Amino acid sequence: MDSTNQYEQTAKMLDPLFRGHSKIEHARQARRNKFYLRDEHVTLSHGSGGKATHNLIEGIFAPAFSNPLLDRLDDAAVFMTGNGHMALTTDTYVVNPLFFPGGDIGKLAVHGTINDLAMAGAQPLYLSAGFILEEGFSIADLRRIVASMATAAHNAGVAIVTGDTKVVQRGKADGVFINTAGVGIVRTSRVTGQDQLQPGDKILLSGPIGDHGIAIMLAREMLDLECEIQSDSAPLHMLVAALLEAAGEGIHCMKDPTRGGVATSLNEMALASEVAITLDERAIPVRSEVRGACELLGLDPLTIANEGKLLAIVAPEVADRALVAMRAHPLGEEAAIIGAVQATPASMVFLHTDIGGTRVLDMLVGDPLPRIC
Amino acid sequence: MKFVDEYRDSTLIHHLAEETARLSQGRSFKFMEVCGGHTHTIYKHGIEDILPANIDLVHGPGCPVCVLPMGRIDDAISIARTEGVIFTTFGDMMRVPGSQGSLLDARADGADVRFVYSPLDALKLARQHPDRQVVFFAIGFETTTPSTAVTLLRAQAENIQNFSVFCNHVNIIPAIKAILDSPDLRLDGFVGPGHVSMIIGMRPYTFIARDHHKPVVISGFEPLDIMQSVYMITKQISEGRAEVENQYTRVVRPEGNVRALQAMARTMELRPFFEWRGMGFITQSALKLRPEFADWDAELRFQVPGIRVADPKACQCGEVLKGVIKPWRCKVFGTACTPETPIGTCMVSSEGACAAYYNYGRFSLAAERAQSLI
Repeated sequence: MDSTNQYEQTAKMLDPLFRGHSKIEHARQARRNKFYLRDEHVTLSHGSGGKATHNLIEGIFAPAFSNPLLDRLDDAAVFMTGNGHMALTTDTYVVNPLFFPGGDIGKLAVHGTINDLAMAGAQPLYLSAGFILEEGFSIADLRRIVASMATAAHNAGVAIVTGDTKVVQRGKADGVFINTAGVGIVRTSRVTGQDQLQPGDKILLSGPIGDHGIAIMLAREMLDLECEIQSDSAPLHMLVAALLEAAGEGIHCMKDPTRGGVATSLNEMALASEVAITLDERAIPVRSEVRGACELLGLDPLTIANEGKLLAIVAPEVADRALVAMRAHPLGEEAAIIGAVQATPASMVFLHTDIGGTRVLDMLVGDPLPRIC
Repeated sequence: MKFVDEYRDSTLIHHLAEETARLSQGRSFKFMEVCGGHTHTIYKHGIEDILPANIDLVHGPGCPVCVLPMGRIDDAISIARTEGVIFTTFGDMMRVPGSQGSLLDARADGADVRFVYSPLDALKLARQHPDRQVVFFAIGFETTTPSTAVTLLRAQAENIQNFSVFCNHVNIIPAIKAILDSPDLRLDGFVGPGHVSMIIGMRPYTFIARDHHKPVVISGFEPLDIMQSVYMITKQISEGRAEVENQYTRVVRPEGNVRALQAMARTMELRPFFEWRGMGFITQSALKLRPEFADWDAELRFQVPGIRVADPKACQCGEVLKGVIKPWRCKVFGTACTPETPIGTCMVSSEGACAAYYNYGRFSLAAERAQSLI
């Protein structure tokens, strides 16, 4: 890639400025400090998947439940069993509306959990499904959602093997909430995870970003736009399998950039691995409809949720092979190398803008759109 | 994407930057971009990386969220907490801290606070909930004032009684006057606000050129717009001119939008004075509802405390808003004051200079440059 030089130049240019400037160094340190949760109430921002969610997890759950498996804060926990490594994950779905172009809450609940397992390099095997139903919810809609889950699970080759149902009074929930948990067998021998990034690594993205978040926004009729953007909800485990086949040991981290988008996912990696990441805005695929909607609403596609996209951080020597493998798969046809990892300035993400400037790319702050998954 | 990519043409932008550098050789200039929308674009696209080093952009007071004093936020929260009220606001306002928390905190605490994209959405809510009082938190410069005015006219025409407006609309011209009269700052020219000028036209800026001999170029919001405006200001200076010019001709008419101005004049009138965050009281700088619209005036319908609250001591929003200091020179920038736990308003809105600095981090060259200048 000819952009390698460009990335290195930026890193070289920025590093002394960061180290030399005490005020800025101070702010950078403050960002990395363990967070002390000051809020008195839970607000919707805590569910955004962005900085507030991060703070809630770091401030309450992580210290209380602390153990070596949890402390890595990856999408799924990977542990040793008699027959090798297993991955375990869980996720809860509260999307509003329940049905949207390209999917529904049921499909999302199956794909989301499959994807969390896939990101740990696991072949998903079994899922559980828990339902919280609101009194008065339409049985026809429930039937539709369950059928959609069954189809999604069947197509992905996983089985829903256990479940639970609770009903609450009218007004105590919003239609239906679904929790799914999943287990899978880990196929890689190498440890992947968001703390495994190495300077020199390349950032691969499997396709255009922002489709899911914008599709939900349009489905809520917040925008009177004449265009149909479909949610990208899809199971990524087969794409991951193809990637593992092609790049194997060279894969250092995989992540599906859901809530908080690509910006938040990459910031989490930069923090966990203590490296810098530089992206090239021009290399990042975004559909023009999504870009248009983002321009109108003042949103950044990099912070918008995806439900069927994969970020893979790979060693430079396997980057081209990994890209070819991704592009050969239907879910990765528009895959691109969008950036690279440097050693310093640690824990920061930068963006080369479309016009040739550079800016910091931070995690999502606040919540542009609650309850998207 | 059509009509966007054309205004982000890297080659043209770099060409204009070179021309600006040539015209300004051997001198250094400070231009203020008045509008928060410009500040946002400048950081989002990293324009300062491309500008010649001798041109310094200073961020002005044109961020509607940033200029609202704490007391008004407290008033808003007090209305929102009133029994039976649905309080509606633009998203940015939710997170602005008052002296006792933000609207977001009030909502988590049980108040019915909802965000809307337009005051007409608030009016729609009023129609849907005839048993509730719906209040719209009206903020913003001349850009957003006409939509509030039109909503008021419609509420009057339909005689919707359970709707009212908490009016905090402000005018940009008095704020620019206050900055020009302030001894703190030496400016060489202004990048004029595009959307405000779409309403008020070009004439109100004449005094800047005539009395203060500073060039004004009304600018659009894309990177190329801003770079061209900077070039046009530099060109004026190099030719010894000080005029009001219009770069944003695809949107701004010299006379403005007469119908919008009429709607504003029918519904609102000048307040004798209004407090601006960090800038103090500025005479005739804000609007309130006319007596004919008293029935829709939330300040008359509800008990508002109306207490003036001093800004937190550590917060230097005032200096930032006037362009006296760069955001990162504020004592609490990036440490106690961050977008998720803002102390000052400038850290809340994406148009606020501090949030733009923090989020998009023009830490690098700007920091170095600012240090060598100050």
